[in-house]
Amino acid sequence: MMILSSTAARATAKALSRPGSRALASQAEHNLTSGFNFLSDQDRIFTNLYGEQDWRLPDAIKRGDYHLTKEIMCMGPDWIIQEIKDSGLRGRGGAGFPSGLKWSFMPKETDGRPSFLVVNADESEPGTCKDREIMRKDPHKLIEGCILAGYAMRARAAYIYIRGEYFNEAVVLDEAIHEAYAAGLLGKNACGSGYDYDIYLHRGAGAYICGEETALIESLEGKQGKPRLKPPFPAGVGLFGCPSTVTNVETVAVAPTILRRGASWFASFGNENNRGTKLFAISGHVKNPMVVEESMSIPLRDLIDKHCGGMRNGWESVQACIPGGSSVPVLNKDQCGEALMEFDDLRAKGSGLGTAAVTMFDNTVDMVGAIRRLSHFYKHESCGQCTPCREGTGWLEDILIRMEKGDADKREIPMLEEISRQIEGHTICALGDAAAWPVQGLLRHFKKDIEDRIDNPKGFDHEAAFQKAWSGDPFDNNAWTKEHGDGKTYAAA
Amino acid sequence: MLSRFGASRFASKLSPVIRSQSRTFAGQKPFHIDTPENNLEVHFDFTLENYDRVKYIMAKYPNNYKQAAMIPLLDLAQRQHGGWLPLTAMHKVAAICEVAPVRVYEVASFYTMFNRNPVGKYFIQLCGTTPCMICGSEDIKQTIEKHLGIKNGETTKDGLFTLLEVECLGACANAPMVQLNDDYYECLTPDTTIALLESCKAGNPPAMGKWGSLPMNGQVSCEGPKGKTSLKEIVVPVVDKTRFEKGEVDPAKIKKLMAY
Repeated sequence: MMILSSTAARATAKALSRPGSRALASQAEHNLTSGFNFLSDQDRIFTNLYGEQDWRLPDAIKRGDYHLTKEIMCMGPDWIIQEIKDSGLRGRGGAGFPSGLKWSFMPKETDGRPSFLVVNADESEPGTCKDREIMRKDPHKLIEGCILAGYAMRARAAYIYIRGEYFNEAVVLDEAIHEAYAAGLLGKNACGSGYDYDIYLHRGAGAYICGEETALIESLEGKQGKPRLKPPFPAGVGLFGCPSTVTNVETVAVAPTILRRGASWFASFGNENNRGTKLFAISGHVKNPMVVEESMSIPLRDLIDKHCGGMRNGWESVQACIPGGSSVPVLNKDQCGEALMEFDDLRAKGSGLGTAAVTMFDNTVDMVGAIRRLSHFYKHESCGQCTPCREGTGWLEDILIRMEKGDADKREIPMLEEISRQIEGHTICALGDAAAWPVQGLLRHFKKDIEDRIDNPKGFDHEAAFQKAWSGDPFDNNAWTKEHGDGKTYAAA
Repeated sequence: MLSRFGASRFASKLSPVIRSQSRTFAGQKPFHIDTPENNLEVHFDFTLENYDRVKYIMAKYPNNYKQAAMIPLLDLAQRQHGGWLPLTAMHKVAAICEVAPVRVYEVASFYTMFNRNPVGKYFIQLCGTTPCMICGSEDIKQTIEKHLGIKNGETTKDGLFTLLEVECLGACANAPMVQLNDDYYECLTPDTTIALLESCKAGNPPAMGKWGSLPMNGQVSCEGPKGKTSLKEIVVPVVDKTRFEKGEVDPAKIKKLMAY
């Protein structure tokens, strides 16, 4: 049945996608001016997101980086933290903890131990590819953010933990750090403020779990990335046994602009409690998958229609959406139409904003298979420390492998749910929860698919659900890439 | 009850997975077996040039936490040794970090980027996690397997290619993609995948684009195949300087404030 509807949708989409009629079609489908105030270009923070300028210092300064850094520092650490609190900035790494509050947990008096800022650039949440764009195109935003955030928390140095696979990104970032040292922005008397501050880049070696803050600290200390029990929290005992705060790249990188332009500017975007602008990474079955900066609280549908050209077979073909990286439960079609991209609304819909990595699934996808692959991911990435997660993630995958084929018993559906509930909340870190939630989302919205397949295993056409390579509509951006690609783009023969 | 039920009803149907160990060690065995190319007799030492790098790496970490340098050092050793880590390299790193060898074994077997067995000259890591999967990573995988005549986890007979399906590589907006040694090749189709493999066979893989990756559909980076929809004009905002006139922190006394 699902297949039938998908072919029908495809036929309609084909009819609609004649050149010229596409824009009209999407307008007819959905009126973009539904009242949402899209972010204007002068309010964007990451102005080099598409790489038209150079990442090096001179261009960064032209973009406004390092402007008034010393003056901001002279306002004092407490002023900076208050400003971040007032801006309503919430952590951009997934959990959404208020950043100003987090920074204020760091000790204001020293007991002899130095404090550290640790920047979490171990971006490996499936769907997420936003920090990478910051690090390779605007590394100086991150470095200036490290200076100001480190200063606000009275840190002696910052360690940036970048995932090992981002080799070319690490090269750029390392070079940018050297530039900043050479220009006197880092090191002794950083930015002329009298404050001595160092930034060290540390490359990881490929483990999703190292994105968890205490696992990241363990990994940075040269051990297996196995999360620590909390308390003590990192702000008390963290990296090298010293007070530390672990924050996401984006959180740190937006801080200088917030401080320069004022908390009230940043707080003017988004709904109450969900303030600011955010990088959204959109992947999956959209016509134009991309990374874009938008205001918080943007309706999901507007985000897809305005920036990604809509779904490849039209909005009607939406089957599901993962709105915040693989760790949050999926939304079904109805929810996709209503969802606002913010922490509170998505939580109310039983999902979460996470890292704002949107993955769109159209109705050609076998959702059981898609979530089964996620379960494989969590099984592979479980560090093996806590029994519920180590064993449970394997069970989830085993059962889903059989459910994908229809080779299961209906009684196993509540069992699958029970396993996921037994993992959730019973582990040291949130990876257990993250492994359980997608499965719970699947059971919430796609239980019928599983039941149908168990009833009639041969009724599902796996070949029709096989996904051919899709990276958006055919390439159609020659003039721009010619101008800004430095002649290094791949010219397909 | 669950396990009893599972065991009686389904034991025979379960796929043969190693149940005691969830982490699959990147498709490698969690233990070492002597082979002609990997045993205690294999000589490993950093080159003089790399000893400079070792010094640079060690300087990043506190003196009493030398172990912190372990992951970067293992990475350096792996690069020097043709993309994989022999046992003796681990011992060398243990000596430099002043820790017992077992501490290095733990780390080298935990992280997926350390290969404890030889890999091909072109180590293809194919992202297969859901965002890439729904954009056709299986299509790309079958293309590579068919074109090279190897299965996932295997190396071609000429030692040129190793294929490994890995978890999310963080280039989801440019799916499907592979990582070829250090470089990301993104937005693949079966045709461009074959073109990529052929250029590797000729010893000349396409150079990286402007931003350290190469979307194979002609894109520059993350702006999408149809181009960007924002940042049409870049305006540097005017900052209200008067907000910072009341700064009271004296640079000469800052260290006291900062609890140095």
